[in-house]
Formats: sequence, C-alpha cells, structure tokens
Amino acid sequence: MKGLLKIALKLLANDRGKFFTLILGVTFAVFLMNQMTSMFAGIMRKSTSNVINIGAKMWVMDPSVENDRSSIPLPDYVLDYVRSIKGVAMAVPIYFGSGLVKLPDGTYQGANIIGLDDTTLFGRPPIIKGNLNKIYNSDAFIGIVDSDYRKIGSPGIGSVLSINDHRAVIVALAKPTSGGLFGTPTLYTTYTRATKDLPQTRYSMSYILLNPKSNADIPYIQEQVKKLGYKALTQKEFEKTIENFYKYKTGMGTNIMIMTLISFIVGLSIAGQTFYAFVLENLEKFGALKAIGAKKYELMSMILFQASVTSFIGYGFGIMFSSLIIAFSKARIPNYAAIVTYQNMLIAFLMVVVIAGFSSYIGIRKVLKIEPFDVFRG
Amino acid sequence: MKAILEAKNIVKYFGVDESKTYALKGVNLTAYYGEVLYIVGPSGSGKTTLLSIISGILRPNEGTVIVKDKDIWKMKDDELADFRLNHIGFVFQDYHLFPKLTTTENVSIPLFLKRQNWDKSLKEAKYYLDVMGLGSKADLPVYKLSGGEQQRVAIARAIVSKPDILIFDEPTASLDGETGRQIISFVKEHLLTQDRTIIIVTHDSRIFEYANRILHMEDGKLKQTTNNHFDTEKNNTSVTQLEAQ
Repeated sequence: MKGLLKIALKLLANDRGKFFTLILGVTFAVFLMNQMTSMFAGIMRKSTSNVINIGAKMWVMDPSVENDRSSIPLPDYVLDYVRSIKGVAMAVPIYFGSGLVKLPDGTYQGANIIGLDDTTLFGRPPIIKGNLNKIYNSDAFIGIVDSDYRKIGSPGIGSVLSINDHRAVIVALAKPTSGGLFGTPTLYTTYTRATKDLPQTRYSMSYILLNPKSNADIPYIQEQVKKLGYKALTQKEFEKTIENFYKYKTGMGTNIMIMTLISFIVGLSIAGQTFYAFVLENLEKFGALKAIGAKKYELMSMILFQASVTSFIGYGFGIMFSSLIIAFSKARIPNYAAIVTYQNMLIAFLMVVVIAGFSSYIGIRKVLKIEPFDVFRG
Repeated sequence: MKAILEAKNIVKYFGVDESKTYALKGVNLTAYYGEVLYIVGPSGSGKTTLLSIISGILRPNEGTVIVKDKDIWKMKDDELADFRLNHIGFVFQDYHLFPKLTTTENVSIPLFLKRQNWDKSLKEAKYYLDVMGLGSKADLPVYKLSGGEQQRVAIARAIVSKPDILIFDEPTASLDGETGRQIISFVKEHLLTQDRTIIIVTHDSRIFEYANRILHMEDGKLKQTTNNHFDTEKNNTSVTQLEAQ
C-alpha cells in the first residue's frame, strides 16, 4: 500500500500546476476561515477585558445586565446582604463609568474610569511603574498603559489631567492582561473618588466583586443572591454572558459566521473543482489500474490520500499566513483584535477535513464508476 | 497442446428490452499455452468485448471462462482483481501510462499493487525496462518518450508481474508499419514462453504473420479460425483455414 500511496503522491505533486492550484485553494480558504474566527476570538476576548483584568471570582449584578459596559447600579444594601451570605470570603463594590479627559490641544477624549474599593483595592491591575499607595493621595489615578493610552497623550507619572473638569494626577502606571474592545483608554482610581468626580445616578455601585471561601460555596451564594432578586456569576459565566451578548445581540457573530462560511464555500469550490479536474484527467489511468488489478479500496485510498495531503498542506500554509498577517497587523495596529486560538485552528481543521472529504468523494465517485471495459473501448 | 483459457458459449448484450444489443452471440474460444492468438474483425464485431470478458474485466450475460482450471466469473470482485493482477498482463491501445511518473515507476505499479516494497519493485521494473531496451530511459518521465518507447514501457508494465496471459489491444494502431512489426516480432521472440499465451486484438493485417492462430470475428460471432504456420527460416507465411464456426 505504501508504494501505491507514494505513487498517488507523485501523481499529484508532479502535476505542479494543479497541485499548486489545489493547495492555493485550500490555503486561501483556511486563511480566510482562520482570519475570521481569530478576529471573532480577539473581539470576544477584548469584550471581556474588564472581567479578565479585574479577576474577581464572582460578580454580583442586576439580573438584566448583559455585558459589563451596561451595568445597572445596585443599592448599597445588596453589598451588606452579600457580605452576610455564608461562604462569602470577601465582597467589595466596584464602579464602572466614563469620563471626559481634556487634552492639551483643547479636545476631549472619553475614558473608562474604574473605581476600586478604597480599603482593599481589589481588582487592581499589576503596577509597572509608580507607587500604588499614592492612589490615596488627592486626585490620584492609575493609568493603564495599553494600546489606547496614547489617545490621552500617554501621560507619565506626575502628569496632571482634567477629567470631567476635575483635577487628576497619574500616580502609577499599570499593564492590563487584556486590552479593551472599544478603543477607549482606562484609568483606575478609588471607589470614593470615582463616585465623587463622575456624574451619578441614585445608586453608584456598578457591581459587587466577591471571592467565595471555596468553590463549593458558589452555588449557595448564587442561590442566596438570586433570592434577593439579583444574580451572581462566576468570572467564566460573566465572560460567557458578555460573549453571548456580542455574538447574538449585536450581529457581530452572525456577520463573522457568514464570512467564515463564505470562505469555506470558496475554498471548497476551488479545491473540489480542481481536484475533480485532476481526477477526470487521470480517470482513464485509474480505469487502467482497475483493469490491471487495483481494488476499489486501493483506488479510494489513493484519492483520499491525495486529497488529504493537499488539504493538510493547504491547512498548514493557511494557518501560517493567517498567523503572520495577524502578528504583523498587531505589530502595526495595536488595537487589532485577533487572536489565533486552538479552537480557531480546530474549526479550520474540521472544515479542511470536510473539504478533503468532499474533494475525495467526488473523485472517488467518478473513479469507482469507470469500468475497465471503458478503457478498452477508448 | 494444453489449454490455458477456455471460453464457452459467451453471450454479452448491452441495454435492455428494445434497446438490447448483442455484442457476443455464443462465442467459444480456447487459448493454448505457448501460442500467439489473434482476434481480428471489423469494428463492432465484438472482439474488444470478448477480450474484456476473457480477461476478467467485463461480466458476460451467459457462458463461462475457465482460466487455469478456474471459472473466473464465479470469483468475487476482489478475487477477480487479484486474478487479473497475478495472471493477466494488459497492454492497452493508448498505453494508459501515467505521463508524469518515470518509466520505472510506471512499470512498478503492478508490483506495488502486489504490496511489494518500493526499492525492490523499482529494481525489478528496471530489469524489465532493460529487457525492453529502455534501460537508459528508466528515470525519464514517460511523456518524454516516443510512441514506440511508450508502448515498450506499457509492455514492461504488463510483464513485470509475470502473467500467464498477455493481452494486447490494437498494439500497432498508433505506430508506423515498421515499428509495429518490430514490436510484435520482439514480443513473440522474447515474451512468448511455453507457460504463457499472448492474445492480440488487432485490425492490422501487416502483423498477421506473427500469429499462431487467428480468430476472425464478425457480428458477435467467431466466423473462422485460421491456423497460421509461420516459418521463421523462410520468413514467409502460409495460411490454412482449419475450421469455421
């Protein structure tokens, strides 16, 4: 069988034009599919950046909250209630809001303002420069050095800004785990300062962050919070809720899915058609092989092998080009939202398996139909 | 002489009901060890159909084909494929070689089908290419060879598995007269052994002189068998009609 497969490979590779076209077709399809799904994964990851960066094990929120940016302020008694639930190790408030930063040229830039619990500073980002304790100085803020920080002029330590006409001094710089989706710079301060400097509704607490004593306590805490009319989600659950919001309620997921499907169809058509042409060209030869004594499964193996080799080479090139483009784009465009994940590669791989299967199927169907007698008849 | 192949009362038709067309109408044929047997006749006379049936690639509607004491049409598909691989060598009219493979690789294909390893197969194939006078072209892709050379590659591929029956379909159709004669003369001289039969379907009367027997077909029937006494010493041909079906 090894010899036959080697022959199958040579038949394929020696027809350079067709081999190249086949690989190109699959490469193109994989490139597009991986590009689309990577963008999707990147967007999803960025959409949950606040939840990832803050890192609380559980979040308590209004039941109608669908994503972190549209929080519904909670009354203060919820915090007291949550703190009283058995199994809660710690519960602190957090404030999510936005302010306008006045730039030196007189223009304004919107910024996310996150107010951390004054006592614990729970959810603070890792400080890369400056002193965290200075957050308690008057007008102190921590600047988050991500790709959007330059939009407010990349202020260094000691820089003075104007946020909503309040004085703000950068006392430390921090690096986030994940950048945000909407291209807005982020500043951290204390809960008290945030609620004082920014316009408020009746209640000011966006979420309650809590850590359970153990994972076993999570279901009980969720049940107790639910009894009060609110919901408590684990970090993963909250991330999933946000992702689902962007996937199903913004059209983003549908659009990317359609693009992925189109790239799959394009790849399938190119690869399928070229492979079919390749099989047609060699059809009489396959008929001759049948006459000589090749069995059906041997011919099927040869074709399946050819389709698989082509598809997997195309897969490799597709993933490589797509990763290179993503890496290049990220180097050039800091906000570029795309990450290549194992899941993306698996999706592309499964689609390539379908392409290989489809291409083989149409080839095999044709080859199995040819009768050696037709070879004699010419 | 001992028979290697016996076809009895072969009937083959194509189509059904009103469109049913008979290609063979009860043909009997016997091929003996050590002979060159020609099947000749006009287009549509059924010679290719007969060749396909006796070589195990087209199932007859009626009749039996016994090769080396085995009824080949009682075999299952895979058995039949093995039978063809081990007992029949085909040289097709258009050769049906893979043009982008080397001559050696083309010749090795039956050996790969027999699960022989790559290196051993290539070595054996090269030997047969040497036999066919193509040793120097072993590593060339087939498309670089002339028509005559390609046919010799096809013959090497047919004999590499040491078949009992060698089947040629219109072997001289695309060759000039001289090359055609050279090829058939070579085949008879070098490939015909006491353990082998060569069956040739042809229109080409220029090569009739190399046949031991000639079966004349017409309208799906064997019209007559000619015993052809070829005298190599005198290089002439005397044809005696032996029997008419």
